Amino acid sequence: MSDKLIKIVRFIGLGFLEPVIRLSRGEETKKNLTEILKKIVAPLASILLFILLWQGGATALYNTEAEYRIEKAFNEQGQEGADKMAACIASGDVSCQPNTLPSPSQVKASFYSLLEDHKIISADKKAFKEKTATLNKQRKAAGEKPITYTGRPSFVDQIITSIKTVFAGFLLAIFIAVPIGVVIGLSDTLRSSINWLIQIFKPVSPVVWLLLVFMIVKTLTKDSESDTSFIISFISVGLCSMWATLVNTVMGVSTVDKDILNVAKVLKLGPIQKVFKVILPSSLPLIFTGLRITLSVAWMVLIAIELLAQSPGLGSFVWEEFQNGANDSNSKIIVAMFVIGIIGFLLDRIMLTIQKFVSFNKD
Amino acid sequence: MAYLELNNVSKTYGKGANATEVLSNINLQIEEGEFVAIVGFSGSGKTTLVNLINGLLQPTSGEVIFKGNPITGTSHERGVIFQNYSLLPWLTVYQNVSVAVKETFPKENKKFRENRVKEYINMVNLTPAIHKRPKELSGGMRQRVSIARALAMDPEMIIMDEPLGALDALTRGNLQDEILNIWNKDKRTALLITNDVDEGIYMADRIIPLRPGPNATLGPEFKINIDRPRDKTSLNDDPEFKKTRNGIIEYLMEIGEERTTTETIEYTLPDLEPKYFD
Repeated sequence: MSDKLIKIVRFIGLGFLEPVIRLSRGEETKKNLTEILKKIVAPLASILLFILLWQGGATALYNTEAEYRIEKAFNEQGQEGADKMAACIASGDVSCQPNTLPSPSQVKASFYSLLEDHKIISADKKAFKEKTATLNKQRKAAGEKPITYTGRPSFVDQIITSIKTVFAGFLLAIFIAVPIGVVIGLSDTLRSSINWLIQIFKPVSPVVWLLLVFMIVKTLTKDSESDTSFIISFISVGLCSMWATLVNTVMGVSTVDKDILNVAKVLKLGPIQKVFKVILPSSLPLIFTGLRITLSVAWMVLIAIELLAQSPGLGSFVWEEFQNGANDSNSKIIVAMFVIGIIGFLLDRIMLTIQKFVSFNKD
Repeated sequence: MAYLELNNVSKTYGKGANATEVLSNINLQIEEGEFVAIVGFSGSGKTTLVNLINGLLQPTSGEVIFKGNPITGTSHERGVIFQNYSLLPWLTVYQNVSVAVKETFPKENKKFRENRVKEYINMVNLTPAIHKRPKELSGGMRQRVSIARALAMDPEMIIMDEPLGALDALTRGNLQDEILNIWNKDKRTALLITNDVDEGIYMADRIIPLRPGPNATLGPEFKINIDRPRDKTSLNDDPEFKKTRNGIIEYLMEIGEERTTTETIEYTLPDLEPKYFD
């Protein structure tokens, strides 16, 4: 039973827990202790070191900024002004705090305040829903649109929007890149005639894709009242990120083992059978490698696109906080940075697990 | 007219100055129910010959005639057992055989196909490994799957391209017997390509050496007049076996020597003498 547990743990990429499980069963104490040291204690130590370095750096930057402020006050208002500024900074007054790299504790505080903010906003939303419930029913009966909550989205809402956008973009990329890749991969003529297009469009920056999509979608959705910013951002994400899958699919399909193709010929599989029973399964590992790259590119590009397109999400959250310039804006940006990183990491892990699952080359 | 006939068949790869004629002027007749072995050095064009017969390749000149009709492509009538097994790695043993059965018997019902797959897997003694993937099997087991797959298609002729080439001697012996048993049951026409003369003599009715390529062509045939079932252990003392074996090996060595002597390079050694120190 425990071996099964170890297998599962390994499969989902939590292999570092293996020695803990083994140790708890009293297997090879010494070996597992060194394993734990290697796989758990060492990474934890490096995290601690990272936080210490960050703390030190943040303190140094804070002091530099504070000295600069005091000096500036001295130059402008003399000794009295400088003393006043020093006292103000020491008192922790919001109005005169040095604005620089936030320390780990500030970031932690911002994280909690963002969660608190989320609770308040959800409560607000709930209250709003209850309040408008009867009214919305009447409006619906009368054939009018219901009143929706138009208040500020919370941090968690932004995360959810971002994930939705990235998945919409990812699905779009799959639906464009995989079929086209298969078709191109099957035909030498098509491959050489379309290759220029792939090679030219592949390195185009997300910003340009966004503008291109904007030009088209803007015209197409002139009369409709759909969520244009969402459409623009998810299509841009899809277009930016689909190239890895496209190239990998083409490669996978066009380099199927010759022996396997001979089998298909000897078995006399029809063209459709050949694609679905032989070519696709044998190129699945490569296609999934492409999809994994696509998803991580999609997530990376999404933040930039949201930032530019002003569509709701983590990207615009970061941009708004930067523009806002409030006392805790910087630390909120750092919180967003970690959240983006962790979600990106989790997405990659999910894809890795799926990739392992479809790969027939596993031992 | 013979069951399978190759008339003045040549196969050239490449074009113009780069053209190499791998096979030239191949003539071969195989009668129905016969077991023929073709023996040759590696790299002598054996696989090309097999691919011409199973329909994966077309001859550059000459014709390959099967049951009176020229071969234009692969057919379910000719089952192929490849040297490197060529199983689909993402499918289990059952699924690998099932793909073939589905293609050959598209009109039969599911139960029939299921039974047929199981029957042939059982025939090669792989029932315990029926749900394993090729990666989890040994070389011999993989080749068994390949044999089951080829035979489950109920071919009239079995073409084997060095089927046991990559296996160890013990597994090899076992599989030779298994193939012979299966062949004995309904006497299908069989063509075995091999580089092992003993294997050829043990299994076939007739052995034809392939002179090495480029420009490979078939040598004189050797008839094996040893009664079936042949016994592997006493075969070594059989005078007929010794005679045939020596004949074939001599022939192959001769052409082997011919090949090497045509390209000997003379090395002049430097005139050096050991130096002595007193």
